[in-house]
Amino acid sequence: MCVAVPALVKSIEGSLARVEIGGIVREVSLRLTPEARVGDYVIVHTGYAINVLDQAEGEETLRLFEEIARMADGER
Amino acid sequence: MSDRILLAHGSGGTLAHRLVEERFVKPLLNPVLSKLDDAAVVDFAGRLAFTTDSYVVNPIFFPGGDIGRLAICGTTNDLAMSGARPVYLSLSFIIEEGFLLTDIDRIISSIRETTEEAEVKIVTGDTKVVDRGSADKVYINTAGIGVVPEGVSLSGRNAQPGDKVLLSGPIGDHGIAVMSKREGLDFSTKVESDCAPLCEMVAAMIAASPKIHCLRDPTRGGLATTLNELASQSNVRIVIEEERIPVRDEVLAACEMLGFDPLYVANEGKLVALVPASDAERVLAAMRKSKYGKEAVLIGEVKEGSSRVVMKTSLGTSRLIDMLTGDLLPRIC
Amino acid sequence: MKFASEFRQGKLAQGLLSKIRGASKRPARFMEFCGGHTVTIFRYGIRQALPETIMMLSGPGCPICVTANADLDKAIALARIPGLIIATFGDAIRVPGSYTSLQVARAEGADVRIVYSTLDALRIAEENPGRKVVFLGIGFETTAPTIAASVLQAKEDGLANYSVLSLHKLCPPVIKALLDSGEVALDGFICPGHVSAITGSKAWEFIARDYGISCVVAGFEPLDVLQSVDMLVAQVERGEPMVEIAYRRGVQPEGNTEALRLMDEVFEPCSAEWRGMGTIPDSGLRLKDDYRRFDAEKVFEIDPGPTREPSGCICGEILQGLKTPHDCPLFGEACTPEEPVGPCMVSSEGSCSTYYRYGGGGIER
Repeated sequence: MCVAVPALVKSIEGSLARVEIGGIVREVSLRLTPEARVGDYVIVHTGYAINVLDQAEGEETLRLFEEIARMADGER
Repeated sequence: MSDRILLAHGSGGTLAHRLVEERFVKPLLNPVLSKLDDAAVVDFAGRLAFTTDSYVVNPIFFPGGDIGRLAICGTTNDLAMSGARPVYLSLSFIIEEGFLLTDIDRIISSIRETTEEAEVKIVTGDTKVVDRGSADKVYINTAGIGVVPEGVSLSGRNAQPGDKVLLSGPIGDHGIAVMSKREGLDFSTKVESDCAPLCEMVAAMIAASPKIHCLRDPTRGGLATTLNELASQSNVRIVIEEERIPVRDEVLAACEMLGFDPLYVANEGKLVALVPASDAERVLAAMRKSKYGKEAVLIGEVKEGSSRVVMKTSLGTSRLIDMLTGDLLPRIC
Repeated sequence: MKFASEFRQGKLAQGLLSKIRGASKRPARFMEFCGGHTVTIFRYGIRQALPETIMMLSGPGCPICVTANADLDKAIALARIPGLIIATFGDAIRVPGSYTSLQVARAEGADVRIVYSTLDALRIAEENPGRKVVFLGIGFETTAPTIAASVLQAKEDGLANYSVLSLHKLCPPVIKALLDSGEVALDGFICPGHVSAITGSKAWEFIARDYGISCVVAGFEPLDVLQSVDMLVAQVERGEPMVEIAYRRGVQPEGNTEALRLMDEVFEPCSAEWRGMGTIPDSGLRLKDDYRRFDAEKVFEIDPGPTREPSGCICGEILQGLKTPHDCPLFGEACTPEEPVGPCMVSSEGSCSTYYRYGGGGIER
């Protein structure tokens, strides 16, 4: 597997960013995700942001899970 | 005069004497130590607990503690886990040539504070200096003796089915605090080491119930390794619940970043107690009243079975918890 | 949304589980290719929560578990060059080569430093201008672009003492090799989420198209894995294998084009040897000729000596779902978690390792 965690971009300087991961702060490289902006969540792997997380898709997935859970409750 | 430790500081000559008297004995002064005899002679009555441990840590100063505080907490905590009240300690240094004297002072001052807090006395000690490169900055060894109160019998072999598993607070703080300062890993975090003397809490727990079966401090190898040791020594099955085990958000985040499981990360100021169900609430209340047990929780119980640790997950399933194999190393996969 | 705890909610997991239990009629065998999924499955006890119709198999685990002896021998030979600094991810130092491991080489005096990132390795190179620093480039498509970025950075900064030993592995070719090597008893793949963040889900289309096996790309939270199983079950029940994404917040069909571009700038495919599975064409990456001064194999004379390959390992067949660890003559004898031979034992989440430690999958029912 590839250990990677979601992190919030707090500031950007050149190709480096300070990101916050659940209260800890680390410098990561944005070389692979030049489109990342302050306020975005990125996936961090070995000190590099490898992708920008899609907030809307995340919320949509959770809505789907909640719907499935409601249906399962209804069947019981 | 140099502001660093020289080989001559370990030679036994005047420089060595001055170092010991001014920087070690003076700050830690007590009537036994001040005699500076070859051996400390002390009065002692009762059942005696005796332990020793050596301390090496990188970096030697870390958020929430340093090697000195660690050396006092580690040994007094080992005594406390046998139910003993720590009384006397020895203190030995192996110092690398070139070590800063001001760092010696910082360490000794931290040792002094911690011994006062744990109410123990340093009664004997030793200092050696080795060539630059022969040791990494400074190593400390402490041995300690304590008195075990009448009627107290704690052992990892005493766990009984039905016992409750109590944990004195959130896990993983020490390991993550130290890791955050390592070369090649550094990240900033507010997490501090939990390094603390636990003897006061243990005394309060024993006063609340002399029937406590086992106490253990989950240091290296973390909670998972400690519980496995207890399960195997007592040949029982220990069942814990994931959702009851406290882990600070920052510790969890650091663990996820580095590929660790917090169950395996070191603690230096936590304990696990196995206590008969009838007394569990009372012991838990005593823990929560003491300085280092405010976040104490019940995390599970002991069952019939053989030498296994099982954790109920947040999905309502169970998984086996193994011991730590090898070092805890940051992983990418 | 913090993209973490939301995807671990027990209540929502129960909903997905009951949907899976309701939908799964046909027996199905799914493989999670990635060790990260295996970790999630074990950590949350997902196998035991799934209906008995579904059998989960663990894949080759991780890029380090599949690194061959010959490649580890090269890393160890480099580590023994006086004055050289090896920078590596922590995973690599325990894995045995033909005769020894990096951790033993370190004990014997080699300067082996564990880092979290190539950024840290570059810093070591900057701080030690008089010494050569070699980074062990181990990793799948997730990691390779980060190593490529470090090479480009070293070039821009004029860091002449930094180089990479490229032992990268690519996922689609090994899956293809597994599927081509004979009968495979698999109905679906849970495809690696973070590899797919780079490659895109399109990398797996050949599996569904050419082999008729369902594929779902999954994230690493328990709900992500359950959703992928749910989607695989639906595909199997419909009898329509295709590629879907159960990790839409992190993976797009086309992947991360910038990361792919950097990877392509620095690396080119080459054949690579996989522990327990042999040599697979175009399944590795080497530095392109333009970047040869950052290629440790070109910069140094590496003489690892003769390779010793273990014989009798059946990890390949275990990974195909054809055999279990108990069928292996080495299992528990010549091959244990302390002295592993094949990838399934090297990985602490591999099939053999979990069979060894728990006697059959880490499950207590």
